[in-house]
This record gives sequence, structure tokens and C-alpha cells, in this order.
Amino acid sequence: MEEPFEPLIVGFTCNWCSYRAADLAGSLRLKYPPNVRLIRLMCSGRLDPTFVLKALASGADGVLITGCHPGDCHYVEQNYKTLRRYLLLRRTLRGMGIEEGRVKLVWASAAEGLPLVQEIIAFTEEVRALGPLKWPQWAEQRFQEPEEGIIACSVESREVSA
Amino acid sequence: MTDSAKPKFAMYWAGGCGGCEIAVLNVHEKILDVDANFDVVFWPVAMDAKTRDVEAMADGEILLTLFDGGIRTSENEEMAHLLRRKSKILVAFGSCACEGGIPGLANLSSPHTLLDTVYHTITTDNDNGVQPQHKWQAPEGELRLPAFYPLLKTLDQVVQVDYYMPGCPPESTQIAAVIELVIQVLHGQATLPPSGAAIGAGHSTVCDECPRTRNVKSIHQFVRIQDLDHVDPQICLLEQGIPCNGPATRDGCGALCPKAGAQCIGCYGPAEGVIDYGARLMSAFASVIDSNDPEEIERILDGIPDPTGQFYRFNLSKSLLRAGKPAWERK
Amino acid sequence: MVTQRISIDPITRLEGHGKIEIFLDEHGEVANSYFQIPELRGFERFCVGRPVEEMPLLTNRICGVCPEAHHMAAAKAADAVYHVEPPPTAKKLRELLYSAFFCADHATHFYALGGPDFIMGPDAPVAERNILGVIHKVGLEIGSKVIQCRKFGHAIIEMIGGRKVHPCTSIPGGLTKGISEEQRSEIERMGRWLVEFGQFSLKLFDDIVLGNQEYVDLIFSDLYAHRTYSIGLVDENDKVNFYDGKVRVVDPEGTSIGKYAPAEYTDWIAEHVEPWTYLKFPYLKKIGWKGFVDGKDSGVYMATPLSRLNAAEGMATPRAQEEYERFFDTLGGKPVHQRLATHWARLIELLYAAERVVELATDPEITSPHVHTLPAEKPTEGVGIVEAPRGTLTHHYVTDERGILTKVNLIVGTTNNYAPISMSINKAARGLIHQGTVITEGLLNRIEMAFRPYDPCLGCATHSFPGQMPLQVTIRDMRGEVIQVIRREND
Repeated sequence: MEEPFEPLIVGFTCNWCSYRAADLAGSLRLKYPPNVRLIRLMCSGRLDPTFVLKALASGADGVLITGCHPGDCHYVEQNYKTLRRYLLLRRTLRGMGIEEGRVKLVWASAAEGLPLVQEIIAFTEEVRALGPLKWPQWAEQRFQEPEEGIIACSVESREVSA
Repeated sequence: MTDSAKPKFAMYWAGGCGGCEIAVLNVHEKILDVDANFDVVFWPVAMDAKTRDVEAMADGEILLTLFDGGIRTSENEEMAHLLRRKSKILVAFGSCACEGGIPGLANLSSPHTLLDTVYHTITTDNDNGVQPQHKWQAPEGELRLPAFYPLLKTLDQVVQVDYYMPGCPPESTQIAAVIELVIQVLHGQATLPPSGAAIGAGHSTVCDECPRTRNVKSIHQFVRIQDLDHVDPQICLLEQGIPCNGPATRDGCGALCPKAGAQCIGCYGPAEGVIDYGARLMSAFASVIDSNDPEEIERILDGIPDPTGQFYRFNLSKSLLRAGKPAWERK
Repeated sequence: MVTQRISIDPITRLEGHGKIEIFLDEHGEVANSYFQIPELRGFERFCVGRPVEEMPLLTNRICGVCPEAHHMAAAKAADAVYHVEPPPTAKKLRELLYSAFFCADHATHFYALGGPDFIMGPDAPVAERNILGVIHKVGLEIGSKVIQCRKFGHAIIEMIGGRKVHPCTSIPGGLTKGISEEQRSEIERMGRWLVEFGQFSLKLFDDIVLGNQEYVDLIFSDLYAHRTYSIGLVDENDKVNFYDGKVRVVDPEGTSIGKYAPAEYTDWIAEHVEPWTYLKFPYLKKIGWKGFVDGKDSGVYMATPLSRLNAAEGMATPRAQEEYERFFDTLGGKPVHQRLATHWARLIELLYAAERVVELATDPEITSPHVHTLPAEKPTEGVGIVEAPRGTLTHHYVTDERGILTKVNLIVGTTNNYAPISMSINKAARGLIHQGTVITEGLLNRIEMAFRPYDPCLGCATHSFPGQMPLQVTIRDMRGEVIQVIRREND
């Protein structure tokens, strides 16, 4: 019997707001799905697009990025950079064959424990609806040793449409 | 012509365009120094040694082999393994061998689509859907073609590489400098850099070599170069809204393209220490967009209609997502 | 029933990845031969999704030996996509770069690849049948001249194109920059030297090849002749032009059957696919694919320096025109079908290209800073055609309204000639190998001489060191046992 798909989501959270919000959610005993694994950054501006790419390439089905509301960044302006990087990254990912809905940027403040939990629940369902990405397994299959055929790949390609 | 006292030299061209070989010849008279100091034993495009001759050599008998082109077919991979065994020093020469190069863009498509497109173009008369076969029985006998791999791989994704010489192609002045260095090493007058290093290139970015004036960058739009009425010849191209890859690209080329008024397209590969070139460049571009409003940012980003190509033009085979080999297997 | 098989693998100085399979029948005669190309990269697919202004840069990488050809075809196709006309100076600068490239490229082929067969002789010892042998026979000066020619050619390419390999200055509507008076004067000086070099090369050909009856017989022999259609780009006066014009098609008797503009190419050219090779076989659509056969009823055509001279009515520059007339007078009129004559045709083109360099370098408009026209219309679709040294090169792009490519079709120089090259190899093999023939080194070379005139690209036209083709012929019996192995010895 096939197990239902449980999305694996990596969440990059900003220390000053969303990480604290997650903490708050915990102390409020708000339930949220275990699908999201949180990684704390000192600022959402610390998010290098490499982190997102690595998460996806290593098997994440989705990536959640959380930062302080515009105007509230602990380091003044860096969340704006996050916003710009995120918007650019999403377009590039689409060109690589990864649906835009798999990466999401959410603003939260330290007091917004419940709203953050609601965002996490919502995003988990959005990713579940998109289905598994499982990039490593898919990529692995593309590296089979060629046998007798001209083309040594039978796996569907995640073709990038022009 | 052969002189067994001279160290042996080889150059091989796999899945590439041959520009690297022409770049080597463009060292002009310096090529005679190669001839004087080395016994050129295998260079299929230039002279008549055969694969069989290489197979007959002892392991490590060739001192220096330059390998250009990516690993596209089974034949390319066989040659990579053979030359690795027979060479002391193997250099991934040029963008394709180092990071996949332009042919690496094929990694965005499945090989089925690649072949399907090629054999059904508008002028191809192919109602029967004929496609090349690995083995095919001609009336007279069996014919074979090498297998077309699912992805284009870099040289170091199939064998151990000693040095990397980036560039598409590496500039001839750099090639001449490397030839000179190797000759000096042969005469005990210099030492080779540590294994795994990039040679014939700088340690910074193209921006360092570019003579254009750089001010504070604040981008309000990205433009397509043909849509600009006037491009200022003195000022940074990125500042004028032209997506120039200089900030993430290794220097060593002399910033020839920006000097000629064209944007850097990134052919010298990632600057030192960069893991994923596209990520680095995306970060750089995003940082200089002068807006905090999502709608306006999206409008500005519409000025780069092909972000995947823009950010991964030469190095898809080394990217985290579309690599020629799973990223998690790398050291 | 096939009893023997000769494998020539790999062919080199062609494109490191070609091989020939020759099958013999039970009488020891050649049953058939197959010239296989075991390589493919897929540009027609992975360029889809890219912005059209990148094509002059991306398609450079189809071939590093003639990126200038792809760069120009792509530039013209991109102009056509945007329905924009570059200013006269931009067109002249592009043609100037292109003419300089032709000089360097044609010289390299003649001196390092094709020429040694004649200068040294087809049966000359292997060790001598290469550029070094040429130098020893006619003097060290020759080697320096060839290096100088390449140096000048690439210097001009860099001045106009930004780089020596993979130029970067063409954009839709023109160029990113012009040239200064200083550069112009330098280019003119180099151009005048190149004209002298062209004349010197033709004189060399006269003395060494045409002055030798054995070679003349070789050129005239039927072994290397094929009566096919010829095509080539011509200007409005039907003179050879490498950069612009229409493609003229003449039949095996020399009668023109039409001229097509780039946008019309799909009415004229189609491509045939075989399962034993990655490369396709273009043919004339109006005639149809009849297989690997000669003649007026076969759609096979050639696109080479020889075909360009056949398809045109003359050369647009005076010295080259004289040589053109002498060429056809000597060879018995138009059209010429002896493929070895291509080597001579190539030198005439070299001279023309050099004269063109001087003409363009002394054009009053050439230093104008006005080198770009802003596109005003939406991008849609366009075709660009130039003559690559190895044949007519066609780039066809379809884009969306943003100028992002949705479809790409490329018919590349040497590809045009894939069918005639295969036929030439087959004919040479059939003519040379019979029952009881001892396969000698000289015989192998005479088979190679069948394809060498086409100067197949993707192959690096290089200076060679010992410079002969590595060949090994393995003759096996029916059981696969090796009967005889003949190899070219290394120097």
C-alpha cells in the first residue's frame, strides 16, 4: 500500500521575527505539521539563493523563507534584498523545471505565532498538492549507464517548456 | 621529428566546438616553443597519432594533456578515461571541460526532446520518424554509433582533473603564459600551482579588469542591448541596465567583451570560491535593483526574459540543479 | 554476401569524430562504404528559450573554427527577426571582419590540410606530406607567411569583433561599436599584405600543381569527379559574395535553375535522415532525394568554393576575376565537377577576400560611428544566410513577441556537402580497391583526398605538426579474424 505523500519542506527563518514566532507557537502549544524543518538565519537577508537550490537539489519538496515585515528588519533594509532575490530566484527555478509554488516568502513578526503556523499549514498543503519533487532520486535515474540504446534515459525529463 | 628525450604532450577535443584548439594555435609563433620543448604525441585534429598509439603507451607516459569539450557521448567518456590513465597532468581546458559550456544548456531538455527536435526540423523530411541508432544493420554489415548520454558532464565528473583552464575559449595570451610557465617548470625554473587550481586566469572578477567607470548601482530597469538608443562607452554596462555577468565571472580574459561594448556572458566561469555561479549572480543582480515594491521589482525583472540562460549560460553542468552529476556526490 | 570490412576510425583533421566503414563483397570489390558522423550536441533544441540577441554569441560555439560564419548568419537572422536594417557602416564592418576571416581560414586549409597532397605529392612519404614537408621543400618563409596570414586575419577579427575566437559585437540592428581611424589604417595595411599573400599562394599553386602533369591528370581524373548541382551566395550582379545576397542554384550543366532569398530557403532545401549517422543530408527539394547518386535528377548538391565559382558569373574584385577566368579556361569551361579543383577555387576566393578587405578598409563610411539602428518593430521570424568557407550557412529563427526563441533551424556549411562527401569517398574506394589490391598507405591517402577538398569543418583547420591523417585500416575476414593491418607510421 502506498504511503500518502508527506512533503519535506525546509524553512529558513529569521532569528529576530519568525524564529521567535515559531518559538511562540511552540509555547502556545499550537500544532503545526512536522513537514517543515526550520533553519535559523540571523536575517532573511542572509539567505543566499544557493541555500534554496541546495535544499531542493538535496530532496526538499518545498522551501519556505520567512522574514520580518518590510520596514521592521532588525538590520534595517536587508529583508528587501531577500524579497528581490526571492522574486528573481522563483523565475529562474521555473526555467529549471521547478514550479513557482514550491518556494514561498512570508513576512512574520515575533508576535505572530498563530499567523505563522497558519502559513506553514497552508504552504504544506500547497506543496502536497504539487506532489513530490524528489530531485535527487529523479536526477539519479538520469545517470544510468547507457546500455544498447542511443539514448540512455527513459525517465520523464521535467522538460522545461520554452 | 620525435625525440624521446622530450616530454610528451597531447590535446584532445571531446564534445565541444574546436575553439580551444584554434585558441592554442593563435599563440602564433609560440607554438614553435611547444614543438621545441615537447614531443606532440596525440592531437587528432593536428596530427596523425591514433587512439591505438595512446593505448600502447605506459600509464602516465604523457606528461601534459589538454582536454577540451564536454562529455556528451560514450566515446567522449572512453577517451577521458584513457587519457587520464596515460597522462601525468590532465588539464580540463576551456569552458566545456570545466563546467559544461554552451552545450551544457542541453541539460535543460531530455535527450529524447533533443533528438526529436533535431530530426524533425522544418526542413527535415522525415515522415517515418527515422532517428540515429546505436546499432543498425546495413545490408552489408552492422554499423554502430556511440551512445548519446542523458546529460552533458564535465571532465571532472568522470575522471580526476589536475588543473582547470577556464574560458570560452581561454585567451591566447593566457595560453601563451601557461605554455611559458610549463616550459620553465621543465627547466626547473618555476613550480606548478597546487593541484586543482585554475590556471591561466585571475583570482577576482571581470569587473576588476574592466576599464569602465563604476558608480553606485541602482537599477530601475534591465534592458535588451539592441533596445538602447545609446550605450555609454565609459560607464559600467550593468549600471546602464544591460545584464552583464562580470560580477560573478572569473577574470583573466581582459574584459574584452565589455571593452567592445558587449556584456560579459560569463565564459570564464565562476569567480574563485563560488559554489553555484547562478546563485552568486542572482544575488548580485538582486542586490542592486533599486526598488522595494514587489510589483515594481517584478516589472524590472521582466527585463531579463530568460533568467535560466542568463544565470547559467556556461555552467549548467556544474549547477546545483541541472548538473552533469548529482551535486551531493561532489567532494 | 559480404566477406570483408575495412574500418577507418577515427578520421582526423576533419572533425575528430568521423569514421568510414568500407564493405567488400565476395569478389573483393567495394560493395558500399559509409561515412558516419558520431557526434551531436543539439543546438536546435537548447537555443529555444534564449533571447534572439544572444544567438550571435551562442551559435559561435557551434564551431570554434568558423564562429565568424555563425556569428554573421545569426546576426543577419536576428536583424530579420526584428525587421531592422543595420546602417551601411555596420554591414560593411561585418563584411570586413568576415573577409579577413576567410583569408585566414582558407590559407590554413590550403597550406596545412589540402595543399601538402599536391605540394609534396599524393604518394610522397607520409613523414613529408604535411606543412613541415611543405616548408622544407619550398622554404621556411612559407611557414612564417601562413602564421602571418592567420595573425593578421585574427587581428582584424578582434578589432571589429571584440575577440579573436567567438566575436561578440553583432547585435540585432548592427554592432556595439565601430572602428577608429587608427584601426582602419592598420586593417588597410594588413589587407594589402593579404592581397600579396593571395597572389603568392596562387603562383605557388601554378608552379607546383599546374606545372606538374601528374597532378593535372589527377585533377582531371574521373576518380574524383561528381556531376551534381552547385549552389552559392551571389550579389545583385551574380558575383560571388560571402556576406550577403541570394543563393543561386545551377544544375550539373551550369544552367541556373533559380535564385532564392533567405526567407525562401524552405522551398529549396530539405534534409534526409539515415539511421547510421547523427548528421542529416540536405538535398534540393525541387529535385527530390534519389539517394547517393550524381546527375540532374538527383537532389544532391555541393556547397564549396568550387560550387560558388560554378554558381556565380564572376568575382567582384579585379584580380580575383582574372584568376576566375583563367580557372575555367584551364579546366575546360563551366561548370567544373572535378572535386580536386576545389583547392584552386579556394585560393581564388582567398584573393577575392583579401581584395575585399582593402576595398572595405578604404571605404569612406567605414569609420562612421553610426553602427546601430534601433529596432522599431516587434520580433517575429527571420532567416540569415552567409557563405561559410565550407558552404552555405543558414540560420532560421522564430521568436515570440518578446524576441525569445521558440524554434531554431540550422543548416550548417559542411552539412550541405555530407551527401557528396559520402559519394566521393565511396567512388574513390570503389575505384581504388579491387580484388587483390594491396592496401598501401598511398592508397589510403588517395581515399582521403576524396573528402579533403571539401575542407570539412567542425574539424579544426589547423597547422599540423607531422600533419598527416592518422589512419589505420584493419582488414578482417568473415570470422572477424584480422588478415592485414595497415597503419600510417608516426614520424
